Amino acid sequence: MKPAPTHAAAAEEFLKDSERSHWHDETLWHVRSKRDVSAQKIPEWEQLRTLASQIKDHVLSNLDTLLLQFEKNAQANGIEVLWAKDAAEHNEHVLRILEENQVRQLVKSKSILTEECGLNHFLEDKGYDVVDTDLGERIIQFNKQVPSHIVMPAIHLKKSEIGDIFHKHLGTEAGSDDPQYLTEAARQHLRQKFIQAHAAITGVNFGIAETGGFVVCTNEGNADMGTHLADIHIACMGIEKLIPRAADLGVYLRLLARSATGQSITNYTSHFHRPRKDKKMYLILVDNGRTKQLGREDFRNSLKCIRCGACMNTCPIYRRSSGFSYNSTVPGPIGSILSPGMDLSKHSTLPFASTLCGSCSDVCPVKINIHEQLYKWRQVITKEGPPQASKKWAMRFGGQVMSKPRLFDLMGKMARKSLSISPRGFVYNSFNAWGKHRELPEVPKETFKDWYRKNRNDDK
Amino acid sequence: MKVGLFIPCYVEQFYPKAAIATLELLEKAGVEVAYPLKQTCCGQPMANSGYEEFGQGASDLFRENFAEFDYVVCPSGSCTLHAKEHILSNKEGEPKLYELCEFLTDVIQIKELKSRFPYKVGLHASCHGLRGLGLARPSELMVPDFNKPLHLLEMVEDIDLVHLARKDECCGFGGTFAVFEEAISVQMGKDRIQDHQEQGVAVITGADMSCLMHLEGLLRRDKSPIKVMHIAEILNGQEPELKNQ
Repeated sequence: MKPAPTHAAAAEEFLKDSERSHWHDETLWHVRSKRDVSAQKIPEWEQLRTLASQIKDHVLSNLDTLLLQFEKNAQANGIEVLWAKDAAEHNEHVLRILEENQVRQLVKSKSILTEECGLNHFLEDKGYDVVDTDLGERIIQFNKQVPSHIVMPAIHLKKSEIGDIFHKHLGTEAGSDDPQYLTEAARQHLRQKFIQAHAAITGVNFGIAETGGFVVCTNEGNADMGTHLADIHIACMGIEKLIPRAADLGVYLRLLARSATGQSITNYTSHFHRPRKDKKMYLILVDNGRTKQLGREDFRNSLKCIRCGACMNTCPIYRRSSGFSYNSTVPGPIGSILSPGMDLSKHSTLPFASTLCGSCSDVCPVKINIHEQLYKWRQVITKEGPPQASKKWAMRFGGQVMSKPRLFDLMGKMARKSLSISPRGFVYNSFNAWGKHRELPEVPKETFKDWYRKNRNDDK
Repeated sequence: MKVGLFIPCYVEQFYPKAAIATLELLEKAGVEVAYPLKQTCCGQPMANSGYEEFGQGASDLFRENFAEFDYVVCPSGSCTLHAKEHILSNKEGEPKLYELCEFLTDVIQIKELKSRFPYKVGLHASCHGLRGLGLARPSELMVPDFNKPLHLLEMVEDIDLVHLARKDECCGFGGTFAVFEEAISVQMGKDRIQDHQEQGVAVITGADMSCLMHLEGLLRRDKSPIKVMHIAEILNGQEPELKNQ
């Protein structure tokens, strides 16, 4: 199998279409700007962030007992609770539920967890018709793609491209890209699917330990349409999505939509507590590497993530390279600290796809120190990841030069000399990545040290 | 108050004017300042590339060089932040480390500057100084507004400071990122320049020469008339080299 391209290579590819990458950057920056306007209206915004972070600290420190409390209360409500240690076990649970209930057709509302577990492919291989009902997800399902963003899965596509996809799959007029017309076509198409479905799968935004209930946030109401019409509701939840009390929910709901899109709240905030009469409700609690991440002291805070996507919208690299360049279910800054924990070798270039500018950490509604964790993953990857002999040699050499003042002065002198006498073609060669599009600094007559010795040095 | 001047390695080698301006600025403010000649680098390039351990020698040297000082001042937010997080642990008896702008505004609390700079200037907010050291309010945070470098620039006579569309977007330098993620680094730099260009600036300034080196590399390749200058040069009343275009 060919190794996955590095983030740098994928980003370079995306940037070749400069009009598209510029459009992508502007589109996501617009979302970030809407977030700023919305957050500004909340005087206690920073207190909310602190509180949200602290509640999650409590959750992560007490996850074992809170999960059991949650399970007990959910069971008492009549929900069947299942545990899955990994993606395979999660998928097997879903399959067994579908088989036991003789379900053939099912609808899904957006769930990044089921993407992470590869549920769609798993079920399609078994002959099931899985229909994603989130508009963006349905678009990329037609287009045989994965989400490029966790909140706006089809953000990489332009209106005209969606028009083409709908023309092909839904028979809309060729060349039409009127959003209202296309949305109406999707709505009519999805209504049929909702009516036909026997089971509805949803994700979970928040599980509440105290009540055994859970909350799903959508803008399209598709989670509700699915679960209200189907006999079976299967909710898939990462074990870190827990909060202790119903009273804590307000903290997160105020932060989530504002951070994600600048809305004050998602259009639908649906609270599920128990199955309706003669219906069934299942809740699958998935680990899939989360307890391992919890055990990594430097990286456990990444589990506070509420999947708002704000770090993607603000990230100057994500905006210019798109979600696909990360080649991981969760792209962007948060994905770059979560994914190495799942597969260090596959995702070894992601923590380097950052200038460590820190915008992600400051925008994060639960105050995850994302850029600091990127730095820490780099330290891990150079030791445990795929070897990079030449980079390692260069850094070791650099370190030695920097630890010996005389050697530093000498190397500096040599570099400056060779830069000033070498012909241009010699300096700007194909190994000089800096010089591909940039000039090197001009070599000054003297260094600061030379100047200082001449002009100030009397005692040293 | 004994102040040791730490000049980042690439500034020492390639941008002596920024270092001279820093020194003169501190001297004019009446600070007793010395530059230990055995200094090299803070070790950040190695550490940010994932090889913290190879920066250890540089860190030890840094500690040695500045042990006798009360303060260390450095004209780079990025190097200051790295040294703060990885070299000096804020222990009793250790020198206190400051980036130049915050030293001027917070420690000596400078009230006026005798300098004039009658040009249109764009201030580039370098990320490590901005978010790491808190030199200004990052646009993400909903806290009262403040901006230490801007506050200093506003003391300069006749300076014409512009408003940028994205006032604190990263320029894409990022140390070795500039080389290992070359394509995106270059695009980020070009986008930053365009923002300044649209405001018609003659000079882009900032508290980190590394970001400016990256932007300058792009500007010079493009034969742009826009110049970059370290903030110390403007605060110290240096003239921009706007001729020879």
